[in-house]
Amino acid sequence: MNETILEKLRRFAPESIAGAEEFRGDLTLIVRKEDIVRVATFLRDEGELAFDLLKDLCGVDMMRPEARYEVVYTLYSLRTKAYLRLKVRVEEEDLVVPTVTGVWAGANWHERETYDMFGITFSDHPDLRRLYMPDDFEHHPLRKDFPLMGIPDSLSLPRR
Amino acid sequence: MTTMPSKPVVESRKSKILAALEDQDTTVTIEDPLENEMILNMGPQHPATHGVLRLLIKLDGETVIAAVPEIGYLHRGYEKIAENDTYHAFIPHTDRLDYLSPLSNNVAYVLAVEKLAGIDAPPRAQYIRLLCCEMARIASHLVSVGSMAMDVGALTVLLWTFREREKLLDIYDVLCGARFTTSYARIGGLQQDWSPQCTAMLTDFLDEIGRDVDEVEKLLSTNRIFIDRCENVGYLSREDAIAWGVTGPLLRAAGVPHDLRRDNPYLVYGEMDFDVVTATESDALARFYVRIGEIRESAKILRQALGKIPEGPYNTPEAKRVLPDKESTYTKMEELIHDFMLINLGIDPPIGEVYQGIESSKGELGFTIISDGTGHPWRLKIRSPSTSNLSALPLMLKGGMISDIVAIIGSLDPVMGEADK
Repeated sequence: MNETILEKLRRFAPESIAGAEEFRGDLTLIVRKEDIVRVATFLRDEGELAFDLLKDLCGVDMMRPEARYEVVYTLYSLRTKAYLRLKVRVEEEDLVVPTVTGVWAGANWHERETYDMFGITFSDHPDLRRLYMPDDFEHHPLRKDFPLMGIPDSLSLPRR
Repeated sequence: MTTMPSKPVVESRKSKILAALEDQDTTVTIEDPLENEMILNMGPQHPATHGVLRLLIKLDGETVIAAVPEIGYLHRGYEKIAENDTYHAFIPHTDRLDYLSPLSNNVAYVLAVEKLAGIDAPPRAQYIRLLCCEMARIASHLVSVGSMAMDVGALTVLLWTFREREKLLDIYDVLCGARFTTSYARIGGLQQDWSPQCTAMLTDFLDEIGRDVDEVEKLLSTNRIFIDRCENVGYLSREDAIAWGVTGPLLRAAGVPHDLRRDNPYLVYGEMDFDVVTATESDALARFYVRIGEIRESAKILRQALGKIPEGPYNTPEAKRVLPDKESTYTKMEELIHDFMLINLGIDPPIGEVYQGIESSKGELGFTIISDGTGHPWRLKIRSPSTSNLSALPLMLKGGMISDIVAIIGSLDPVMGEADK
């Protein structure tokens, strides 16, 4: 299955796929950030692949000098029962990723969570607010430079 | 956005109401209360929201025209904690995700770590884990069915289902020493072995559950109030369910026969004979019937698996990656050292990333783990079914009545511990 996915994508948009890895049977494709919506639409609509379920979407802080952040999309196809992982690399200077809410509506809350936790914004997202943390919270807790103990006074708690 | 057609207001009655209000030193600024929309705040402390779910509802009369769920009141930062814990040390935290089915959360997590580390648990452990997953599903569905019935006014069912669930909790107690926060699965195996006493207790439970589920179904399916309050309520179309990433009983009630136990078998589900329960109506009532059907199917799986548990070890004999059993930890030097090293420094899986999902009672519970080769996960993402299911809640609420809200939330069966992480 993984070969079919790879072959179809390479034929559709060879320049959009920056890399492919396979680990424990899971296929991971690294997609160029600008092309994510195009690739996602193709994967959803291509009849044989039909990745119609977005199971998960999350951010990762890789804490490296180049392309510090990543956004990981976990797709599933109800037809072929296959999983696929897409990955987009995000530079620290340009934390904007095109939204995939137009492709899978369910990306809405996942992208809000990624924005909340990592500060990655999704352009054209219909409702980009924090999902878990309070709206006036200034930090992004899952970044590696955010301490586990939290930052004192960063959360406005009710007075005793 | 749908709005109700404006209702004719009897002029004299209206002026009478206004006059009565003006009498009490009040300035009345609303010209016609029936023509106005009202914002209602429901939760986070509300008995029918099943935890700390908050809903902002825009009402036109009694009709919901828009709803915005707000979550995060139970956010404990488990993904951050996971990055700072060793792989073993995170297992107790998984109990607190979906706290109605802790046993299956443990299994989901260790399956993801085992996939990452390349460990194959022995067949006996696989069978016992399968029993755990199905017991957890029955326990969770019992709570779901009972509390949904309670939300729409049938308290008896809740008492009956909790009575049955109690028997399962007693089995958990014998199995792992805890009724609620089980932390039973271990990477590469289990905390302790399945005992003959558990087999006896589970057999007794299975002998009775069929009759009890029949009773519950009979009580509700012939209950006019229950049917009226659940039928054609909270409709979610098949297309919307797929687009919004809804999984579990909600997706199956929408006519999509997607069940990871059959579609992507993990553990030993491939050897089990069971049906995937589906419905097509996609309303609250259909979800109720799917859950009732799943309890019966789970009982079927449990009966098959009980007879098939193979003899053999319940832990992988890999001292460097799998925790030794407690008795040898306390009595033998080597095992004590391994226990210390594994808990404090962790197993070192290879660099890589995996995703492993299981069909939990609420839907697909999955873990994405990115490893940098050390004893801590570099990133651990919990794909919780309740979050995705809740994100589709506005679609189900829209156009319904205010009294439908509790029935819809009950049929969705969210657990906020899992939705908020």
